[in-house]
Amino acid sequence: MRRLFIPLLFAACAAHADEVQVAVAANFTAPARRVAAAFEKHSGHKVQLSFGGTGKFYAQIKNGAPFDVLLAADDETPARLEQEGAAVAGSRFTYATGRLVLWSAKPGYVDDKGAVLKQGNFKHLAIANPKLAPYGAAAVEVLAALKLVDTVRPRFVQAENIAQAHQFVATGNAELGFVALSQVMQDGRLGAGSAWVVPANLHKAIRQDAVLLDKGKGKPAAEAWLGFLKSDKANAVITSFGYEV
Amino acid sequence: MLSLPNLASDLGAVWLTFKLATVTTLILLLIGTPIAWWLARTRSWWKGPVGAVVALPIVLPPTVIGFYLLLVMGPNGPVGQFTQWAGIGLLPFTFWGLVVASVFYSMPFVVQPIQNAFEAIGERPLEAAATLRASPLDAFFSVALPLARPGFLTATILGFAHTVGEFGVVLMIGGNIPGATRVVSVQIYDHVEALEYGQAHWLAGAMMAFSFLVLLALYTLTGKRRP
Repeated sequence: MRRLFIPLLFAACAAHADEVQVAVAANFTAPARRVAAAFEKHSGHKVQLSFGGTGKFYAQIKNGAPFDVLLAADDETPARLEQEGAAVAGSRFTYATGRLVLWSAKPGYVDDKGAVLKQGNFKHLAIANPKLAPYGAAAVEVLAALKLVDTVRPRFVQAENIAQAHQFVATGNAELGFVALSQVMQDGRLGAGSAWVVPANLHKAIRQDAVLLDKGKGKPAAEAWLGFLKSDKANAVITSFGYEV
Repeated sequence: MLSLPNLASDLGAVWLTFKLATVTTLILLLIGTPIAWWLARTRSWWKGPVGAVVALPIVLPPTVIGFYLLLVMGPNGPVGQFTQWAGIGLLPFTFWGLVVASVFYSMPFVVQPIQNAFEAIGERPLEAAATLRASPLDAFFSVALPLARPGFLTATILGFAHTVGEFGVVLMIGGNIPGATRVVSVQIYDHVEALEYGQAHWLAGAMMAFSFLVLLALYTLTGKRRP
């Protein structure tokens, strides 16, 4: 019995050491799952993904959350964590650059130039809260560039993150909204409804940075995960979801 | 740590929350009283199912309620199609949408205390009223209602306080619109998410004090009535 028990215990410990806990920005949920599956197959390590808002992750990490790696929705939060000593200096890099899309669940509602914004016969335009979410801030920049902020603002419905903005539009409660291209793209094509992929020059680049957190320092699985995230294999998955790398 | 509160938007959220809780409580007292009366006195088979539906919000997570309200009140949902047909438009992202959601969400906190109070009266005072030739309606207003006053007090306080404390449902169907759906709990959440902890403390601390005082009042007032 004992002879069997001790190796088992060892195996359990070893498996635990080879696990990496990753906090993932909500907009990166689908690609992160896909990349994690490939990584597990490739390396034998286990990945535990947690999805949520970057601001919430920041507060949790500062208060002892057990994450090894943060895949943020912006580039400010990882930089801030690094400055405050909660992340490993020099481990930051941009794993994906997000693209913004004006999307409606109704086919033919959004034209491919976004002229629907000027015609303006909609009641609700969903955006992620610009104070909290980079995609929301980018949406406001786009409207400012089009000189439409003031006319459209009364019709804003603000979601707490980009996932909820997508939900408002997908359920039809908002006729259209600014969401992440990654949310409406399936296998390289628009999954449903109609969309205008916003030209990248209308807003600041939505750079999403990854960073190795203090808890993940020296963990082989955490370092392997960050390495894999930069690989061609991972990049192919990430671009297929509508991000640029 | 404590910066000055952001007065305009914070006070706007406080006023909106007060308005929402007041309207919701009034509506709940109006529609909750007959429901509670029926639940307290019926011998119908329907008592169980209706009581269970009223109590649902106690056990359901707000994400479930908010998600279904969004679908049911949306353009493809039955309520949404009715409100569009009636010319009201869609309810999500409006003040009245929040009222409808809050009425459902806070219903058990109003119905149950009133129901308990009605049940505690029993048959005898009403039978006595009947022998004095009071009509059932007369007996209800001049016997049952006054005797159930402690239940109404509890119901009013709990219904109001529970609506003030609502968060998940509002987050899911509100759309965070200043003056229409941005209530205090959402405003606090925004402050925390944006790392404005100082601003968050003002509102969060006020909520703590308010909730404590409300419950203190409730327990002191209802405690005194017991022999």
